[in-house]
Amino acid sequence: MQALKQSQPSGELSFARSDASTLVLRLAGDWHLRHGLPEPELVLKQLDTAPKPARLTFDAAGLGDWDSGLLTFLMGINEISHKRNLPVDWSPLPEGVRRLIQLAEAVPEKTGARHEASQVSFIEELGHATLLYAQGVGEFLRFLGEVTIAFARLAVGKARFRRIDLMIVIQDCSANAFGIVTLVTFLVGVILAFEGAVQLQQFGASIFVADLVGIAMMRDMGAMMAAIIMAGRTGAAFAAQLGSMKVTQEIDALTTMGISPLEFLVLPRVLALFLMIPLLCVYADCLGVAGGAFVSATMLHISLRTYLTETQHAVTLTMIFGGIFKAAVYGIIIAVAGCLRGFQCGNSSSAVGDAATAAVVTGIVYVIVACGIFAFIFNVLGI
Amino acid sequence: MATTLLPISSSDGKRVSVTRFPKDGPPPIIVRNLTMAYGTFVLMKDINFTVNHGDIFIIMGGSGSGKSTLLRHMLGLIEPAKGEVWYGNFNFTRAEPLQREEMLRHFGVLYQGGALWSSMTLAENVGLPLGEFTDLSLAEIREVAALKLALVGLKGFENYYPSQISGGMQKRAGLARAIALDPEILFFDEPSAGLDPISSRLLDDLILELRDNLGATIVVVTHELASIFAIGNNSIFLDAESRTVIAQGDPKDLLAHCTDHRVQTFLTRGGQDAQPSARNHG
Repeated sequence: MQALKQSQPSGELSFARSDASTLVLRLAGDWHLRHGLPEPELVLKQLDTAPKPARLTFDAAGLGDWDSGLLTFLMGINEISHKRNLPVDWSPLPEGVRRLIQLAEAVPEKTGARHEASQVSFIEELGHATLLYAQGVGEFLRFLGEVTIAFARLAVGKARFRRIDLMIVIQDCSANAFGIVTLVTFLVGVILAFEGAVQLQQFGASIFVADLVGIAMMRDMGAMMAAIIMAGRTGAAFAAQLGSMKVTQEIDALTTMGISPLEFLVLPRVLALFLMIPLLCVYADCLGVAGGAFVSATMLHISLRTYLTETQHAVTLTMIFGGIFKAAVYGIIIAVAGCLRGFQCGNSSSAVGDAATAAVVTGIVYVIVACGIFAFIFNVLGI
Repeated sequence: MATTLLPISSSDGKRVSVTRFPKDGPPPIIVRNLTMAYGTFVLMKDINFTVNHGDIFIIMGGSGSGKSTLLRHMLGLIEPAKGEVWYGNFNFTRAEPLQREEMLRHFGVLYQGGALWSSMTLAENVGLPLGEFTDLSLAEIREVAALKLALVGLKGFENYYPSQISGGMQKRAGLARAIALDPEILFFDEPSAGLDPISSRLLDDLILELRDNLGATIVVVTHELASIFAIGNNSIFLDAESRTVIAQGDPKDLLAHCTDHRVQTFLTRGGQDAQPSARNHG
């Protein structure tokens, strides 16, 4: 009898031939999962050694303790035997091992159930991503259309939602956001003023810091900063709330009760952001100017009265209302993006996180795109 | 006797007829040639069945056979690849969204996890459909909500939020919400899932009471054998392998007479049980 002993990380595996056509796998010692498993290649090597065996069997006389490590190894042997059409005699194995193998084999693999990882070329991936993006834009526009119809139903008094929900969302996206909006927009005013002051001081034109900060905040930065803060704060919250409701079938419950989730859940959120972001924008404008005034007073020694007078000269009402109009549009974009991502959420807790992330990304991207479009339109109109 | 206690309003504020499914009319639910598919993958095909007035109709089958998916098709949450679902004379599959919404107000649905709206108290959950679709005053809504909660054994829990009560209680509160408008058709998705045997038994009793006293027609998705034999008087068996319905009828008759080994294996827990559950309510 030929014996080829192999050193193993766990139990001991050795090979022998009971006759020319039967390969005996000798299992000895303790087979524990935590000590690692022997490589199946060892068995494959034996099967390819001439004379090639026509059947497999085991010798478990020396087998000590075992756990699922041994079973995993044996299932590997089972798979090899199936592939090579080799009969296996399991009878020398302990009864417990045989029964567990039978259990693992009891339900045959479902056809088509296995997901095979396939190699995708860069071009294919790029094409797939482009199609997905185009589909995403289409879904966003379709959802925006549905929200518009819901608004039309609201206008004729047919939309159904709870006024208390609207009030709660309004509070959440206005008063509760004051702290973060205050901090961020004040600092934006400080940064704009500081960067401007460094350059303008060289030309003795420090006073124009007030123009720079005032115009930047009123035209774009106030609305933009308010929108970005709300996208990160409220847009993500909308997606997470609606995503969780989808996971727990709360949205289905509304639908099957004959209540439109779009009216009941989306309308108050869009309405709240549409109404509140313009107010936050005005607040952000003021805080930005305050930040600029702070830098001018401490660094450039420009008095508050002078700074505000210069700001008043530089800023027009058109700029202020233009900024407020932009903010209202940004509010709709952020709310629609948040709600859409929430509605598209999958049915797992990780999908809720993904939905929140996607809501922020979608919201900010579309706000920036809208900002670019506004810049072009306002330029053409000479505003 | 099928009666609707609360007159339901349509979306334009007009009251709609109180009974959509009169007993002398067509069967309340007819599913014709339904095919369920995800993209090109056909999950189930050629599904045909009729649910009669006062039936407790069981949709049964193994895990992953498409029971809950069939329920979602029946409720319009998923569009069928082929076929139609009729409620009485109303073609639900081909109806406009607003017509569907009005039809859905005649249904009550109990979801697997209760699906209570987490931002509302139990009374608000039950009261929402009452506020939306009836002309009741706030005080009346509170009274009706308290009654419905009392019917499911949740008296005194009106002001609790779903997160403050146990899973079984959430399920019962979900049932209270489902019966808020005294619906003529009730759908239950795995009502016994996650419940202890006693709670499960109490829920079965409640389902029978609803059928007997409110005259509701009830569709139950379940694979709990005890419930199937205790409450069901009609059923279909979905088979994942052949992807269609392989048996129909009273579950007790199927156990006694159906020769299909898949049905027998299922109904006898793989051959372990020779008889249906002893708690047979008939």
